[in-house]
Amino acid sequence: MSLIGLRSGGCLRRTFFLSALLLGMSAGQAADKISLDTLLSFDSLYKSVGVLGTQYSERAKLLNGKEVRMRGYMAPPLKPESKFFVLTREPVAVCPFCSSDAQWPSDIVVIYLGSALGPLNFSQRIEVAGKLEMGSWTDPETGFVSQVRIVNAEVRKL
Amino acid sequence: MACKPNSFVVALCAAVFSATCAAQTIFPLTRADILAGSKFDFKVEFDGVVDAAQVKVTINGQDYSKALGKSAELIAREDGKEVSSLLLRDASISKPGQYVVAASDGKGNATVTWTVYATPAKRVAKNVILFIGDGFSIGHRTAARILSRSVEGGKYTGKLAVDDMPYMALLSTQGTDSIITDSANAAHAYTTGHKSCVNALGVYCSRATSTLDHPKVETITSLAKRRGMAVGAVTNSEIEDATPAAMVAHTRRRSDYNDIVKMFYDSKIDVMMGGGSPNFLPKSTPGSKRADDVDYIDRFKQADYKIAITKTEMLAAANDVKTTKLLGLYNTGNVDGALDLKFLKKGSVAKFPDQPDVPEEMAAALKVLSRNKNGFVLMVESARIDKYSHSLDPERSIYDTIMLDSAVKQAKEWAKANGNNTLILVTADHSHAVSVVGTVNDDEPGVEMRNKVGTYEQAGFPNYPAPDAEGYPNKVDVSRRLRLVFGAYPDHYDTFRPFMDGEFVPTIRNADGVMVANEKYKSVPGAVLREGNLPNKGARGSNSGVHSGDDVILTAVGPGAEKVHGQMENTDLFRIMAEALALAPQQHGAAKADKKQ
Repeated sequence: MSLIGLRSGGCLRRTFFLSALLLGMSAGQAADKISLDTLLSFDSLYKSVGVLGTQYSERAKLLNGKEVRMRGYMAPPLKPESKFFVLTREPVAVCPFCSSDAQWPSDIVVIYLGSALGPLNFSQRIEVAGKLEMGSWTDPETGFVSQVRIVNAEVRKL
Repeated sequence: MACKPNSFVVALCAAVFSATCAAQTIFPLTRADILAGSKFDFKVEFDGVVDAAQVKVTINGQDYSKALGKSAELIAREDGKEVSSLLLRDASISKPGQYVVAASDGKGNATVTWTVYATPAKRVAKNVILFIGDGFSIGHRTAARILSRSVEGGKYTGKLAVDDMPYMALLSTQGTDSIITDSANAAHAYTTGHKSCVNALGVYCSRATSTLDHPKVETITSLAKRRGMAVGAVTNSEIEDATPAAMVAHTRRRSDYNDIVKMFYDSKIDVMMGGGSPNFLPKSTPGSKRADDVDYIDRFKQADYKIAITKTEMLAAANDVKTTKLLGLYNTGNVDGALDLKFLKKGSVAKFPDQPDVPEEMAAALKVLSRNKNGFVLMVESARIDKYSHSLDPERSIYDTIMLDSAVKQAKEWAKANGNNTLILVTADHSHAVSVVGTVNDDEPGVEMRNKVGTYEQAGFPNYPAPDAEGYPNKVDVSRRLRLVFGAYPDHYDTFRPFMDGEFVPTIRNADGVMVANEKYKSVPGAVLREGNLPNKGARGSNSGVHSGDDVILTAVGPGAEKVHGQMENTDLFRIMAEALALAPQQHGAAKADKKQ
């Protein structure tokens, strides 16, 4: 199983409801307490993105295992009840799991949520805060292989 | 025929006009044209669990095992379901003729007819170059001609290389499941000579559960390699994408990228170039999209391929006379299109500054492949004509059409300088609903962009600068520009101008799962919201333009090209290549005749 090799059938084209609570305000207030130097952009995550692999930046390596924030867009999820979603640099209109010819961008970050998330617009820019994890990891439930993750994450709209 | 008298089945039977509504489904499907000696999987799907003693399958009245030379496996419960199937992998028929295949389980019968065809005793072409402009439609062709050639006295001052060919045909592109194809079954028709269904490569679409278990048919890559020829596939899409994958792949689902990388490797194809490197990297490498730890870069290296990840490396590898196998991967995603690569430097050009364009890939491939004295088959794809048409980005699709033309021009020159024994075919895999309807003139008064659109005599001629040597105007955002419109589209903002900051992203899915216009373009001066005319929700919701079922044009030059004429099926293109290269095994009499010459 891989990012693009899941055989678990079609995508459920439903809204991404994990539960009722949208974290909007509370996460926003929490984010204010996090210092600016934990903000990691897609560009600053990598030293280089090359044909033969990416190299993480020194800063990303330093932040590995620490609390970070990243900004981007939530991709349409694999399943509405997923515990994770994919954060992309630019909006992704379709779920690559559902569309036979769509592929994930290569610089995605997988977000494992720490608490509930309400409906989100996939064209809404969001900020995710949580612990940065780097290195290949296979999700035991779905087989989804990720390289960079933010775990125990909270999400707020920008 | 086992049509039960209920209205649904009767309607279905009426709709398909054939025996396919019988209890059994036989693969290859009826009316298949099969190259003599080519391999195919023979499968009969029964609609229940059958008694082996009752099963009778004949070919032209004989037991099938006699005609095919071997016996099939009767799978009592296919994929654990209450259905039986007869399956014989790698069958072939060497004698040309009509073959009537009948299958009975003692209750129901089904019959299909195949035509097995031979090829001439002597090959007329040493090499074949097949150009596929993905989604390359008449609107793109006309637009490219307007930008690349001037008009004097109402006449073009020169022809496009794709037009300047002695033979032309219209190809119909429909498949086994639909009047509309995607790039998978469309390219599969060219590379195997068989029809198939959307998303399928190198297989008929059966009821098999695994995408890799469907009945396979042989690709031109395999056939040419069996005859000692070299084979190549170069593109500016990801190399695993449908069109290049059709050269080697056997899967019901084109998105099986990791499997497709293995299929490329197993095919021993000599040259392959494009983007899509992450599926070659072991999952432990950051940036990998593999689910295992197989390092395909290393495996290709071990199999004596030269590896190139930049244009500079590609040129060095191709110029080395010892290079006979080349794997070029120039981007993690698609290689940038011509407008970004050469002029605007947007897309991923900053990240990958040394990517070749399609003509450069082709030139390198020709050098490497022509080192095989038995000739070669090369597929050259300009892939992003289609991708930019999906994203409703007219200028990028037109520039990539010009790029296709530039590659064809070079190929014709190469063929002329190298023995005039290369068959060159130029076509599309499917079309888009695109049309040139006039121009947009910024100098017209007012602010409403629609009232700056010139139609009929008000269209006049656009004011792009004269094209460079490759046919590209070096400025795309001119004041009087072409108005190329898309006939099938999702909700989006129509900006009436080129997208100078990067490819258009017309449509986004909102929180309710509805495809809505991307608000990013709302503030572009003069932008107008276009309510889409495609489904916008549910499984059918589309975030992009879609393929059309219009026929595509095939033009051809070189030995064997004279068979291109009139209106043809897309599968006929395979037959033209097979005949030009005499890919079928020689019949006894024909072989003698060949020896006498």
